[in-house]
Amino acid sequence: MYADTVIGDKLIRKPRFLLGLLAVAFIAFFTFNMADTIIGEFLRPVIGEPKESGLFGRSAAALVLAILFVGNLFVISLFPIKVQIGIVWLQLLLLFMAFFYSFDLKFSFIQSKIGFMITQGLFTTLYISAVSIMIASVIAIVGAVAKLSNNGVAFAIASFYTSLFRGLPLLMQVFLIYMGLPQIGYVIDAVPAGIIALSLCYGAYMTEIFRAGIQSIPRGQWEASRSQGFKFGLTMRRIILPQAVPLIIPPTGNQFIAMLKDSSLVSVIGVWELMFLARTLGQKEFRHMEMLITAALIYWCLTMVLEVIQSRIEKHYRQKGAR
Amino acid sequence: MSQNNQKPASDNLVISMEGVSKWFGEFQVLKDINLSVRQGERIVICGPSGSGKSTLIRCLNRLEAHQEGTIRVDGIEMHERMKNIDEVRQDIGMVFQHFNLFPHMTVLENCMAGPNWVRGVPKAEAKERAMAMLTRVKIPEQADKYPSQLSGGQQQRVAIARSLCMEPKVMLFDEPTSALDPEMVAEVLDTMVGLAESGMTMICVTHEMGFARKVGDLVVFMDEGKIVERNNPTDFFDNPQSERTKLFLSQILSH
Ligand SMILES: Nc1ncnc2c1ncn2[C@@H]1O[C@H](COP(=O)(O)OP(=O)(O)O)[C@@H](O)[C@H]1O
Ligand SMILES: [Mg+2]
Repeated sequence: MYADTVIGDKLIRKPRFLLGLLAVAFIAFFTFNMADTIIGEFLRPVIGEPKESGLFGRSAAALVLAILFVGNLFVISLFPIKVQIGIVWLQLLLLFMAFFYSFDLKFSFIQSKIGFMITQGLFTTLYISAVSIMIASVIAIVGAVAKLSNNGVAFAIASFYTSLFRGLPLLMQVFLIYMGLPQIGYVIDAVPAGIIALSLCYGAYMTEIFRAGIQSIPRGQWEASRSQGFKFGLTMRRIILPQAVPLIIPPTGNQFIAMLKDSSLVSVIGVWELMFLARTLGQKEFRHMEMLITAALIYWCLTMVLEVIQSRIEKHYRQKGAR
Repeated sequence: MSQNNQKPASDNLVISMEGVSKWFGEFQVLKDINLSVRQGERIVICGPSGSGKSTLIRCLNRLEAHQEGTIRVDGIEMHERMKNIDEVRQDIGMVFQHFNLFPHMTVLENCMAGPNWVRGVPKAEAKERAMAMLTRVKIPEQADKYPSQLSGGQQQRVAIARSLCMEPKVMLFDEPTSALDPEMVAEVLDTMVGLAESGMTMICVTHEMGFARKVGDLVVFMDEGKIVERNNPTDFFDNPQSERTKLFLSQILSH
């Protein structure tokens, strides 16, 4: 975004803003009666038995929390921006962890299962997603060329395909392929069925990404290439796609990250990926929450790693493009 | 240099247009164009914006399709059912207003691509040829840079070198200096003059009168899709015949 070169007064330094913020926070904390929580325990010396403290206890708890909240923001604002980002991340993470802790999790159970979740579940999730994104990319190139061609049949097939697969919920596509193909006499395993469903669905979305990428290459490039006697295919491969790919990669990375999580939908047909294991491993001992949270954290970590990789790739192409 | 329409050219017709008309939808862009270009001849096309100059030379390598009349390049008729369009295009160099270099390839790669990919020239030889042509346009030292690292004038000279590497029979120029900063126009025109002196057949859309006078064999003036006037440069500029030409010349001279 555009950074202003003249810095106005910081909002957080204005007493009126601080008071306003305090009021809003107070109302929020008051609404969700905080006297019943751990805060009430801390305030016992002042408000007495939290359960019986009534409106006074509720207000006191809300006020203490609101002051802590606003004070925290004020202190954070004193630091340089990088430190601010770090502190806020850490605090939000701690809150999130506290949310998990409140479930009374059995960590020994997680420990005993996490190895299998990673070797079997994470591996399968990654494998299915990687294979699918590759097939989807191939579909997308073909689909984009078909959509841009002036061949009526090719255009019709491509637009029907993108319309259909963007128009149906992915979950439904998974079922249709897994249970529909056997109807026409073609029995298919769960893993290939899942890969086909993900490839077709994402291929449809990515067709549009590739089409836009190819279309954004100026006409002059086609003309310079064709006027030298380069045929269509050669022009596409050596002139247009090399320029379009850097534009296509960032949104394709986004699609891959999205696919990684959408691959959880193929758990419904019994593929042993992360989501499936999260649901089944916990079932026997009624430890659903443990497994769900473990899987959630694995998905999250994976996404963060991929986001870092993606931003590296984007930077690489930006530098290449800037030369 | 002779400013006579006939002299430097042999009788060998490189391009002939007979009764060529073209429409964009309802709108007729080219009206009954007749023009022939012999080997070694240099034609300068000028005329107001929108008069159809670009369309005319783009029809010559069939970047645009014409609807009536015949166009022959090196004796081969250009029409929609032709099978060898790519071979014919290899022999027609084209230089664009906005250079249209391939930004993902170095200057050298830009120049090697055509000979290597479609002419079947081995890499080493294509490189040698590319360096020779870059030397000819006086920028061999830029060979390993990318187009965006060069000035406009340098880019246009690379574009000319790229076309030359294909050893074309004729070169088409579509306002090659109009997108350039004024101080870069001369370097590109010098390159084109050098090219003319080497005997290249050239069709140039340009309003650079100095260039037209120096190397042009024939100046063609277009207006509203028609060729309104054609003459040798001296007579064209000093003694224009039609009112339309006079008006146009007064406009380009007034600034
Ligand atoms: N692809 C196109 N579709 C429709 N009209 C066009 C197209 N290209 C050019 N024209 C029109 O044809 C006329 C001639 O254009 P052009 O040959 O580019 O003129 P010039 O090069 O002399 O300025 C203009 O009126 C222009 O608007
Ligand atoms: Mg033009």
